[in-house]
Order: sequence, then structure tokens, then C-alpha cells
Amino acid sequence: MPLPRWFHILGSPPHAYRLAEVCRPWAGWLALLLLVGGTFAGLVLAPPDYQMGDSFRIIYVHVPAAYLGTRLYLLLAVAAAIGFIWRIKLAHAVAASVAPLGAAFVIVAMATGAIWGKPMWGTYWQWGDARLVSWLVQLFLYVGYMALHASFDDRDKADRVSAILAVVGIVNVPIIYYSVEWWTTLHQGPTIMKFDRPSIKDDMLIPLLMMIAGFVVCFVWLLLNRLQGEIVERERDARWLQQLATEPGK
Amino acid sequence: MNSAFVVILRRDLQIAFRRVSELANPLLFFVIVASLFPLALSPDAAQLRSVGTGVLWVAALLSSLLALEGLFRADADDGSLEQLMLSPVPATITALAKVTAHWLVTVVPLVVLMPMLGLLFYLPLEALPVMAFALLLATPTLSVLVALGAALTVSLRRGGSIVGLLVLPLTAPLLIFGTRAADLSLHGESAAGPLYLLAALAVFAVALGPLAIAAALKVGLD
Amino acid sequence: MTDFFAMGGYAAYVWSAYGITLLVLVVSAWTARRRRLDALERVRQMLLQQSPRRQATVRTME
Repeated sequence: MPLPRWFHILGSPPHAYRLAEVCRPWAGWLALLLLVGGTFAGLVLAPPDYQMGDSFRIIYVHVPAAYLGTRLYLLLAVAAAIGFIWRIKLAHAVAASVAPLGAAFVIVAMATGAIWGKPMWGTYWQWGDARLVSWLVQLFLYVGYMALHASFDDRDKADRVSAILAVVGIVNVPIIYYSVEWWTTLHQGPTIMKFDRPSIKDDMLIPLLMMIAGFVVCFVWLLLNRLQGEIVERERDARWLQQLATEPGK
Repeated sequence: MNSAFVVILRRDLQIAFRRVSELANPLLFFVIVASLFPLALSPDAAQLRSVGTGVLWVAALLSSLLALEGLFRADADDGSLEQLMLSPVPATITALAKVTAHWLVTVVPLVVLMPMLGLLFYLPLEALPVMAFALLLATPTLSVLVALGAALTVSLRRGGSIVGLLVLPLTAPLLIFGTRAADLSLHGESAAGPLYLLAALAVFAVALGPLAIAAALKVGLD
Repeated sequence: MTDFFAMGGYAAYVWSAYGITLLVLVVSAWTARRRRLDALERVRQMLLQQSPRRQATVRTME
């Protein structure tokens, strides 16, 4: 299946690297702004919840981390699949960069979820919670991808074999989620993304949106760093890179 | 294509039965692991009954991983797997035949053993058939997943250590539905729900699994 | 001010949650940036070892 020309241009490592080099500082500062602002808004400006008191403020780190941690696996699988089907090495580089970040966000989601769980439900861990358990499995999927990739000496083989695992994983994630949810559910329903009837008030919602945006932009900054590192590693012998590395001020 | 499937299947079965002692290893492992739990926990009947289904299922999962190496490694080492891949037989048929062999040789005996070991956990006799049936329904999916793990690591020298990490999280739904089915029948309720879900997973896995396995073998043997 | 840190009695929970998040983000940022810079450095070292002419170029750049 042929791809549009811009796709191939974007998929060329030197172009991608230069684009990343430009975007990276902007993403970094924007992320910092959003995160600091969002944290301040969440910790200071937002009023305490009448049911949960100040403990609800954990939502401002928990929800963004969970949102990202679970969705990044889709990005991983799509990038790996694109790399596998059309043999675009940059796509594999993206997948390899996303995996550790996804794992980090899922860990934050689980840790903050567990900490929040104690005052909320009286227990740190709750096996009956479909979300918590599926996050645990998703963490194993991220780590499995990274471990499998690291086991191969041949990077091209590593990319392709891990891509198969990623695609099998993405098929499994909804199955695993629904099986655990079927098992028992305890978690409260989603508190945002309900545009018809938001279940939390504006002054609590705005810090949350800021934090979600901040986490996403922060992820972009992290991804660009890792992606540039991956490109440099993979394109070691390329002339464009050697010229770039010997330029002043780098 | 039908006959190619049968030929590969028959060959794998013959090889497997040539060394019967190797066949028995996963089954012995199953028995031993299952027997260790009452020793580790307590002789209390009520407690054992409550953990029995879970313990037996986990032990079964772990045992099915054991026969992993024999799936593809031996054939990969002596080059016969590459020959199969190069032959006009579609790789998915080869994968399906090998998975079926693994299923017949390693996993199906577990289905017979598990109810017997249920007695060790004071599980009531009436619950045992459902338990066996649930395992039977889960096993095709299990064999596919195990074979996938083997295929992904076929070119690794010591792939065995990582396969558990790859395969076991994917078996979580099987575990959940399987133990739930057994528990439901333990309490005298209908286990139809989870059984249907296990059957659906089996159909899904057998239909799509060989594709992924074949792809993994092709990449691995490159 | 102390009211703020007390977080209505939930201080331990809120601050440990934010603390863990901060820790993970900072470590992620550090490692991501390090990977990028180290990769570039490795390429430079590789070039340095390759040719004396290149060595001269790199040296004059520092």
C-alpha cells in the first residue's frame, strides 16, 4: 500500500531529527508552565471536595498519568505496526521511545491510585478494581516489549519481533480490561470527558485540564528527547549525523 | 493443505512420543507445584477449598510453559523449521499444526489431571467436571499464547527466561474466566457465562493466533 | 500556611502522591535528556577516533 510523499519525508531521520530539535525547547517550557500552573491551581486554588476533603487533590496527578499511561500503549502498537508493515525505521524508533515513558506513567498512575485508595476506600490495593488490575497487566506489557527488544543483538530483528508482541498486546488490552471489569468493579466512573453533564465543578475541572495538557506536553518533550537519542544511535554512520555532531554549539 | 497439516501434526506427535519421559515433565511439575501449596498454606480444609481453583489454574499455566522449548527450538536448531518455512506449506498451517501438537501432548493431559488434583484441595466432586471443561475450553487459547511466546523468542539463545514475562500477562483473562467458572459451579450456580467467554476466546485465538506465530517465526528465523 | 501543608489531615497521602509523581517525572526527564546527549557524544568520540583531520575540526570547535 503506497504512502503519501509527506509521510516518507517525515519518516526520514534527518528531517525528523531537525523538526524535533526545533520543537523540543518549546515543548519543554510549555510543559513546565502548564505543570507548575496546574499544580498551583490544583493544590491552592481549587476548593476542597465536600466528601473527600483535600485528598481529592491527588486526582490532579493521578488522572493525567492514568490517561497517558493507558493510551500510550496504542501509540506504541500503532508505531510498531507502521514500522513492521512499511519498514519505516523511524516508526520503530518512536515505538522504542514510547515504551519506557508509558511504563513510567502507568507506574505513577498505580502508585498515586494506591495512595489515594487508602483514604478513599480504606485500602491501598484493590484487586476488585478493574482499572488497577488492567494497569498492572499493561505495565507488564510495556516491560515485556522493552525486555524482548533488549534481548536481541540485531536491532532490526528486535524491532520487528517486538512489533508483533506490541500488536498482540493491543488486541489483548481491551480483552483484559473487560475480563477484569466483568470480574468485579469498584472504581468510580470517569469524572471528565462527559460533555453533556460534567460531574465535577469548573473550578475543580480547570486545574485538571491544565494538568492533563501539561502531562501530554511533558510526554512530547520526553519523547522528542528519547527519539532524538534513538535516531542518533540508529543512524550512527550516516553523513548527515556526522556533520551535525561536529557543528559548533551542539 | 489439509494433508500438510496432518503430516506435520503426525510428525510432531511421533517425535514427542519417542521421548515419553520428556512428555511427563510438565505434568509432573503440575502435580508437584499443586501439592506444594497445601504444605505451604495449611491443612485446613475450608482454606484449601477457597484457594484450590486458583492454585490449580496457576499451576496449569506454569506447566504449559514448560513444554515451550520443545515447540520450536529443536526444529529451529537443526534447520528443519527453516525448511518448513521455505516449503510451499503456508506458515500459518505449520504454526497451527505445531500448536495442535503441543495442545494434544501437553495441555490435554492437564485437563485430566486437574480434577484429580482438585481432591487434594477438598473440592467437591460435583464441581470437578465443570472445572475440567473450563480448562478444556481455555487450553486452545493457552497453547496459542505459549506458542506465540516460543515463536517470538525462537532465535534467542536463552529465550526461556523471558517467555514467562511475555506470555503470562496475556493469559490473565483465561485465569479470570476459568477460575470464576469453577467457583460458580462450586457454589452450585451456572457457569455458562464464563464458559461461553472462554469458548469465544478460543475461537478468536485459534483463528488469529497462527498468523502472529507465523509472522514471528519468519522474522526470527531470518 | 501550615493549614496548606496539612491538607485537611491528608498531608501524608497528598504529598507522597505528588512527591512520587515529581520524582518519576524528574528521573524520566533526566534519563531522556541524558540519552540524547550521550548518543551525540558517542558519535563525536567515534569521529574523533576515525580521522586526524576530523580531530582538528572537532578541536577547533571547542
